Amino acid sequence: MSETVSTPSSAIWALANPTKFLNFIARLLPWLTGLTVILFVVGIYLAFFHAPADYQQGNTVRIMFIHVPAAWLAMFSYSMMAISSVGLLVWKHPLADVSAKSAAPIGAAFTFLALLTGSIWGKPMWGTWWEWDARLTSVLILFIMFLGLIALWRAIEDPIRASKASAILVLVGFVNIPIIKFSVEWWNTLHQPASVIRMDGPTIHSSILIPLLVMAVAFTCLFVTLHLMAMRNEILRRRIRTLRMMEASSASVRQE
Amino acid sequence: MLADPHFGYIAAAYVIVAVVVSVLIVWIRIDYRIQRRLLHELEERGVRRRSQKRGETQS
Repeated sequence: MSETVSTPSSAIWALANPTKFLNFIARLLPWLTGLTVILFVVGIYLAFFHAPADYQQGNTVRIMFIHVPAAWLAMFSYSMMAISSVGLLVWKHPLADVSAKSAAPIGAAFTFLALLTGSIWGKPMWGTWWEWDARLTSVLILFIMFLGLIALWRAIEDPIRASKASAILVLVGFVNIPIIKFSVEWWNTLHQPASVIRMDGPTIHSSILIPLLVMAVAFTCLFVTLHLMAMRNEILRRRIRTLRMMEASSASVRQE
Repeated sequence: MLADPHFGYIAAAYVIVAVVVSVLIVWIRIDYRIQRRLLHELEERGVRRRSQKRGETQS
């Protein structure tokens, strides 16, 4: 069959075949796992033995090294789902819906961690576990959106129909991501304004910024590793479903 | 660090992250083992995909 459609990236399409993708994962996962472990070891060491205590917050600032990466990964995983949804609806990539569905529980876990570690950090620093300001509320909405998407995928039995409905919902909900990012600028928030990704550059000293960035890369590698593992599980789950349907239909044919 | 008045908060945050990440990893790995076992059972009953050759096992 000749290719008549121009593709955005040949690497993405080279792995469109689920069997090739599974072989690729099998080769890649040990390296990704090792890299993730090394990055976390280095990051935790830097977080506790290299970064100084903050002049205002003291050692409580070390919660930042897990809270901020968790929050970044929460938004990153939703963005991955949005890109996958575009890949499904526009290019009909065979693994796009597998990617979107398997990212959801991981993204929900990171969002939960961002909320929880933020709350634990907020109690000693702000004097409250929670505040209904724009940043915290929009991240809570993101968490609820993740749970809703997971529920939607489970509610519709046919994976194809479930994926199309979820893809549309993911893309509609993507409006929340820039809202989360700019909430601290658009509204008066208890949550502080941006300190890293801002027009004038980071306002954090390098002794604290570098451990933060190392932990962010570690969390990103963790997400990629878990996402690929979850995609593998989803591919196998769909194969099982197909094989069971084949088995059931051949049994009913034999009965006739 | 241990003498920090907020040490409990710092420790709780890190412990919770470690627990949740560990649960996530274990859950995904257990799910993989379950899917492989189910696939193996189907193969033993002779149910195969059209593109799968005899004797070839799925990942």
